[in-house]
Amino acid sequence: MVERRSTLGILAHAVMILGVLIVAFPLYIAFIASTHTSQAILQVPMPMSPGGHFWENYLAALNGHGGGAGSNAPVARMMWVSLVTALVITFGKIAISLLSAFALVYFRFPLRGLVFWAIFVTLMLPVEVRISPTYKVVSDLGMLNTYAGLTVPLIASATATFLFRQFFLTVPDELVEAARIDGAGPMRFFKDILLPLSKTSIAALFVIQFIYGWNQYLWPLIATTGEQMYPVVVGIRMMIAGGDSGNEWNIVMATAILAMLPPAIVVILMQRWFVKGLVDTEK
Amino acid sequence: MAAISLKNVVKRYGIGPKANQVIHGVNAEIGDGEFIVIVGPSGCGKSTLLRMVAGLEEVSGGEISIGGRVVNDVEPSERDIAMVFQNYALYPHMSVFDNMAYGLKIAKVPVADIKTRVDKAAKILELGALLQRKPRELSGGQRQRVAMGRAIVRQPQVFLFDEPLSNLDAKLRGQTRLEIRKLHAELGVTSLFVTHDQVEAMTLAQRMIVMNAGHMEQIGTPEEVYARPATTFVASFIGSPPMNLLTGRAQGTRFAFGGADLPLPAAAPRDGELILGVRPEHLGHASVAHDGGWPLTIEMVEMLGAERLVHGRIADHGFTLRIDGTLVPPAPGSTLHLKPSADHLHWFDAATGKRVVA
Repeated sequence: MVERRSTLGILAHAVMILGVLIVAFPLYIAFIASTHTSQAILQVPMPMSPGGHFWENYLAALNGHGGGAGSNAPVARMMWVSLVTALVITFGKIAISLLSAFALVYFRFPLRGLVFWAIFVTLMLPVEVRISPTYKVVSDLGMLNTYAGLTVPLIASATATFLFRQFFLTVPDELVEAARIDGAGPMRFFKDILLPLSKTSIAALFVIQFIYGWNQYLWPLIATTGEQMYPVVVGIRMMIAGGDSGNEWNIVMATAILAMLPPAIVVILMQRWFVKGLVDTEK
Repeated sequence: MAAISLKNVVKRYGIGPKANQVIHGVNAEIGDGEFIVIVGPSGCGKSTLLRMVAGLEEVSGGEISIGGRVVNDVEPSERDIAMVFQNYALYPHMSVFDNMAYGLKIAKVPVADIKTRVDKAAKILELGALLQRKPRELSGGQRQRVAMGRAIVRQPQVFLFDEPLSNLDAKLRGQTRLEIRKLHAELGVTSLFVTHDQVEAMTLAQRMIVMNAGHMEQIGTPEEVYARPATTFVASFIGSPPMNLLTGRAQGTRFAFGGADLPLPAAAPRDGELILGVRPEHLGHASVAHDGGWPLTIEMVEMLGAERLVHGRIADHGFTLRIDGTLVPPAPGSTLHLKPSADHLHWFDAATGKRVVA
């Protein structure tokens, strides 16, 4: 590792560049495709440099003037639905997990062990496994085609609860005791001491859960029936009509690029926090 | 003001016959403004006792009162105490100022008051320049001072210290010890200080409590504890090297043990099975045999600077003697003749280990 030989350096760089190309090439294709007319893309070979229809295609996608064979719903609305859904899921998950981990670690109540294991066991039951009963409940409650229907079933999170529990267990007991002597009650301790200490874990979870919420496909697909409530991930699929119908691939690709932006922005912005959290461990 | 009274204090973990009792009925009356050190080996229950006074551990039996008020069921924050923890327990995300001010903020002390009190404490502890720093930017000694500052600003009736010096290096520990004494002289607040280090105990205490296996062995001034240990445990725990303890049979002015028959300078308090204790520094010695001398076969001599420790055997029983470092050391293998004095012999019951008074 510490050796600095030029051949090794070149090899390392070659491997890394190859990796970047493999990851980046599909993105590049999608971007190129989103800047041409639909006829231009279908030519062989497909153009490899940006075309001149960037604004046209993106505005068409956002406002829903695609005119292809599939759905023509405006992407702006879908992005909004996705954003609200992802944010509600993220904040809901973080809030509920923080509080339940707090209860599990700092309070002695009957059946505490059982509760912990019950939460732990749900790790084995992802949304897909319990999708039929969940659908039944949500539809009986009249929550189909609502933000509540899109988010509530996804908010409970065993993973996040577990993560916070493990973090809280590393907080020294003396800190709790010092707070008790200082006269801080449980919620005061939670707000003034535990929450600030969990900042970096919260940031990490925010990134993970936002992407999780944004990328939800299966659940929104069955919990929504109208274009009004499609998140963008479902929307893309709806734009593509099956068979030999003439899809507006340039608009589909523009939508795909748009759908990728928010998670990318979240990762880029929160990455700083990540690194900061890793560098100065406040414990 | 705030005297502390412990009446038959008991701590048990668990309930029923399987309960594990760790404190067995401690009784102590601590005067207002006194500096008391609780000392004992690890696991003797000294920290548990302190935490019971703080209210961090429940009291299983007996009564603890602070300033005349029984506090068994009073929340720690209502007991008018402040505690300094072994690892300081500073809030990592708060500045030094906020660490000290946190308790006052919760108690809804006016902001201007908080500032004066924190500034005053910072001045006493020379933390003025560090108030805006975070704990991680401080050295161990500075963190320790912040922990003390947090205790001082509360202006409590009682200070509780749970081994606050054990994370400092030797030099800083000596320095901080002096500072704590100065602080106590200045503020005059009743203090309970837990440590396993007998030097800390001897130097800081006005009175000390020696604990062993959940029992209070002795309470007294350092002088008393050193000069008249109440049990063989105290005799061997306080003092370095520890007191020599010989188990044998006393008969008038003779003491028989392990095949030897030692002459005594005065009659033993009673005849029969007894433990004879004598501190390494309380023996004269001569290289020639004399009346009433105890023969010590030298095995090894340690040089400590001002003094030497002479390790040897009396009738196959290990025995240590402390002599002036400037004297010519006796050669290993030779025999020294020890001269005990009646004032410095301690007698303990062989069965109970308790001091036998003449």
